[in-house]
Amino acid sequence: MIAPAPVLTMSGIGKQFPGVKALDGVDLRLLPGEVHALMGENGAGKSTLIKVLTGVHPADAGTIELAGAPVAFASPLEAQHAGISTVYQEVNLCTNLSVAENIFIGREPRRRGRIDWKRMRARAGELLARLELSLDVSAPLSTYSLAIQQMVAIARAIDIEARVLILDEPTSSLDGDEVEQLFRVMRRLKEEGIAILFVSHFLDQVYEISDRMTILRNGRLVGEHLTERLPQVELVAKMIGQELEELERMHGEAGVFDRPLVEARELGRAGAIEPFTLTIHEGEVVGLAGLLGSGRTEIARLLFGADHAGTGEIAVGGAPVALRTPRAAMNHKIAFCSENRKADGLIPDLTVRENIILALQATRGWTRPVPREQQDELVGRYIKALKISPPNPEHLVRDLSGGNQQKVVLARWLILEPRLLILDEPTRGIDVGAKAEIQRLVAELSGGGMAVLFISAELEEVLRLSHKVEVLRDRRLVAELPNDGELTTDVLMETIASGGRAS
Amino acid sequence: MTTLTVGRASVPTKYLPVLVTGCLFLAMFVAGGIRYEGFASGQVILNVFIDNAFLLVVAVGMTFVILTGGIDLSVGSVVALSTMISASLMAGPGWPPYLVIPLVLVIGSGLGLVMGYIVHAFDIQPFIVTLAGMFLARGLCYTIGTESIPIEDPTFTAFAQARLDLFADMWISPSVIVAVVVVLAAVYVLHYTRLGRAVYATGGSEQSALLMGLPVARTKITVYTISGFCSALGGVLLSFYMLSGYGLHAVGMELDAIAAVVIGGTLLTGGSGFLLGTVLGVLVLGLIQTIISFEGTLSSWWTKIFIGMLLFAFILLQRLFSARSRR
Amino acid sequence: MRRLLWPAVVLVLLLALNVFFTPSFFSIQVTEGHLYGSLIDILRFGAPLILVSLGMTLVIATGGIDLSVGSVVAISGALACLQISEDASLFTAVAAALGLCLVLGAWNGFLVATVGIQPIIATLVLMVAGRGLAQLITGGQIITVNSPAYKLIGGGYWLTVPFGIFIVVAVLAITAFLTRRLALGMLIESVGGNAEASRLAGIRARGIVIMVYAFAALCAGVAGLMISSNVSSADGNNAGLWIELDAILAVVIGGTSLSGGRFSLGGTVLGALIIQTLTTTIYSIGVPPETTLLFKALVVTAVCLIQSPSFRAKAFRRRGKVPSAGPAAEEKVQVTA
Repeated sequence: MIAPAPVLTMSGIGKQFPGVKALDGVDLRLLPGEVHALMGENGAGKSTLIKVLTGVHPADAGTIELAGAPVAFASPLEAQHAGISTVYQEVNLCTNLSVAENIFIGREPRRRGRIDWKRMRARAGELLARLELSLDVSAPLSTYSLAIQQMVAIARAIDIEARVLILDEPTSSLDGDEVEQLFRVMRRLKEEGIAILFVSHFLDQVYEISDRMTILRNGRLVGEHLTERLPQVELVAKMIGQELEELERMHGEAGVFDRPLVEARELGRAGAIEPFTLTIHEGEVVGLAGLLGSGRTEIARLLFGADHAGTGEIAVGGAPVALRTPRAAMNHKIAFCSENRKADGLIPDLTVRENIILALQATRGWTRPVPREQQDELVGRYIKALKISPPNPEHLVRDLSGGNQQKVVLARWLILEPRLLILDEPTRGIDVGAKAEIQRLVAELSGGGMAVLFISAELEEVLRLSHKVEVLRDRRLVAELPNDGELTTDVLMETIASGGRAS
Repeated sequence: MTTLTVGRASVPTKYLPVLVTGCLFLAMFVAGGIRYEGFASGQVILNVFIDNAFLLVVAVGMTFVILTGGIDLSVGSVVALSTMISASLMAGPGWPPYLVIPLVLVIGSGLGLVMGYIVHAFDIQPFIVTLAGMFLARGLCYTIGTESIPIEDPTFTAFAQARLDLFADMWISPSVIVAVVVVLAAVYVLHYTRLGRAVYATGGSEQSALLMGLPVARTKITVYTISGFCSALGGVLLSFYMLSGYGLHAVGMELDAIAAVVIGGTLLTGGSGFLLGTVLGVLVLGLIQTIISFEGTLSSWWTKIFIGMLLFAFILLQRLFSARSRR
Repeated sequence: MRRLLWPAVVLVLLLALNVFFTPSFFSIQVTEGHLYGSLIDILRFGAPLILVSLGMTLVIATGGIDLSVGSVVAISGALACLQISEDASLFTAVAAALGLCLVLGAWNGFLVATVGIQPIIATLVLMVAGRGLAQLITGGQIITVNSPAYKLIGGGYWLTVPFGIFIVVAVLAITAFLTRRLALGMLIESVGGNAEASRLAGIRARGIVIMVYAFAALCAGVAGLMISSNVSSADGNNAGLWIELDAILAVVIGGTSLSGGRFSLGGTVLGALIIQTLTTTIYSIGVPPETTLLFKALVVTAVCLIQSPSFRAKAFRRRGKVPSAGPAAEEKVQVTA
């Protein structure tokens, strides 16, 4: 196979953010007419790389060459004009405008100064036909499904003489048929010689559509591989990485857990997670393993009443309950530390103290304030226990580092003394020291009889803490593995990669 | 409502709010025609136009601002300021109308431009910025004079009192022509120029508009400028109508304009609505007043209560539709 | 405390300006057992605005806005005066007026929290219709009443001090108690600061929002009683006209963001006092009263600009650089991408 000259070459790209080295010496090359997957877990640097490429951030080091000529874009618009178009996960179009307009707005065909609607509609139709789509182009975009909106975004992108098309997690909200439709379009564009950079967390999709892939981990390049030559297990291993030292297991003996606390039967929600059955016992740490987007968070949200379940039922302590709101779940002593601290956890304008007592106060209602002495005592205790720094309860929580913010949210739920604590990626984006502290805390809590549902992308962590591991893949619970000493990260990876077929 | 379920849902939904307002207007007109003698004549409708030409022009400017998701509270004050400047310049130094009117339009647009710039550049909510603009313009009025200043310029009064006869004894004032021209121009701008489409896009999703490379900043500044221009023009029309300049003219007109836009089916969140709706909104407001004057015994405050109830009904309707279409 | 700095500086400047032009500005005399003086006047005439602003503060802290308070002021005064003119007791009149205000406020809250209508439109309905309702109650007339007991509320004195000041202090104390001693304030700030996080922390926002709008209407109702009592009459058309705008300004000047979250009752009182002092200042320094609004517009613009982070950045750091859409646009891109 003769490799044609790359249309795009990025070499030695480095990018430093305050406190983080987001990219360090990353290379990427795209060949014309290929689908190239960009792989990596959260924080691996995929989005940063795309942003550097499209001119959202300037690169601190390295060079970018487009068709052999060095380029440096100052804005996504400039990149677009040079032929590099991006379609983001959440469709960045105006759904109140018509399909045709969304394709052409900003460069509408005009005749004698006025917009030529007729020609615009005709050209939109032709363009969509190229993608094998036939739509009513004068209908508002909002009348079409997300998948179609995605295609319209692609149509807009390729109308600008695109040479490189970046698809950033385009499939994360599409169902199976819609994904197929998208892939047909991608193959079509590939035949026309466009280089497609494809970001997705769904391994099956990556293996179905991509020709080559570049893998990143922690801002570094792990490698570039031909997709067909890289088995899925190896890919997962490369994405997740492996610490060499043998891990001590922090949980005690995988004792007998015979007092079920929370039982979910065929619980599911369309488009989020397929019906699953899961039992969590008192004192048990249940790990959820799976790649990003595999439905980990969705399970957590259903168990906490943050989303409504479409099917199935939940029982707490043997009695069926309806968890319609977070408050209802809290009444059953279920607590949930969400993955997205900024959006779903913290009230940035409030102090550490206020953030910590918020949930306790919510359960008491506004007429019965937590007495100040009790607040100070509780907050002081948890600031000390969790080593929140600075140890000042009146500090605004927005000014804290990520790890300390996470501890604040954790403290908020711990003072409620929950029976089930759901931790969604509690150690993400925080430093090693804080990570170890949180892990130790989880072990202690479960030792004290609290059940913990522990979600993490890091398999070592899941293995270290959990008594049993639930494996998720593509929004399905595919396996339940007891953590009995024979379970290793390799087995877990194998299970994730194969979708439970191997075990 | 059946149009929603029959056939393609999308097209009717888009025009439905305007359609509802249109039906409402017709229903009111028919009801009035049955109830009152002499109501069901073309001149009654033309009178609504004649009496509300200035409001129509102001509401057109407001429609631009609201379509981008903003709001302009200063319009009433700018209208008053325009009447005041026109009247004082013609009465005092005796400037001719053909100098005064362009000057007034430039001042109004300038005020709008400055407000738009502040909204955009300093990230202060439009509500607060245009509120300050409202105080400023009203304050300038009182600075010019606290009394009503009559306009006696012969050209001006002649134009103001002109009647353009149509067929069958019906007539309109030149202001109506001006208003209609403004409406047509605005429709053209909104639907046949890139600026107009950028207005809709900005209101639909400012972030997406930015990512699609549209000049969001320029668009936002422009709509406030347009609103300022329309307010100034509305002020000129109001001085034709009142033949005076007064600091207390057009008090609360911003609310009438906002109400007309909302009743016309334009979403206050931006991005959705038509100028035709605004025209119908103004007509509905005008017709309510006509009905109350025909009724005779009904007091003027019923106007406000009716308008409030109408607003409520339309907001509920819109809420229903947006909930439905967002599924 | 730093947030109160700018409003305090502005207030002090205004007062200093007054002393400069009228050296006797700070003097307070007791005549016929009543306190008199410019400072007393500011408090007395500013009392209704302070009340309305206090209610508005809580509404704005939840991320909302209430345009209807001016109409509620008129309705409250109208109903109370109507009752008194029909020989109802003072208590019945006041209770009826405030009761109606509570219902109207709860209606606003219902539209915002339960139906989910944007606050600005939801309260626009009552702003427009309420004015008509007030006139309906007064029958379009100005109802004059002659009741010394009613007169006390807004125009009378108690222990040499204008009675209105006691009311303001009492309402301020109650508000401070509810929000700062009890937990209402924290929950309001939480809902206004991050609605989704508040929901996930188990806060039932709906009840809180309805209560806050009801409270704002209640404050407006008390202010309406004061205003109509002061002039012993109810004018459905003009009572409380545009007071909602002044109240919103007072809140914003006081450092509470229109986007919700942290609020400051002290800041709001300062803001309302600034607006009232401004009016007084204009008289005392001899600026013609016609330019009150002009002056107000300038001060408001200045205060808002000073409090705008992007203005400070542009004015103090990047002097000489042309402001452009660039930086803001890029930041937004980063957020979504």
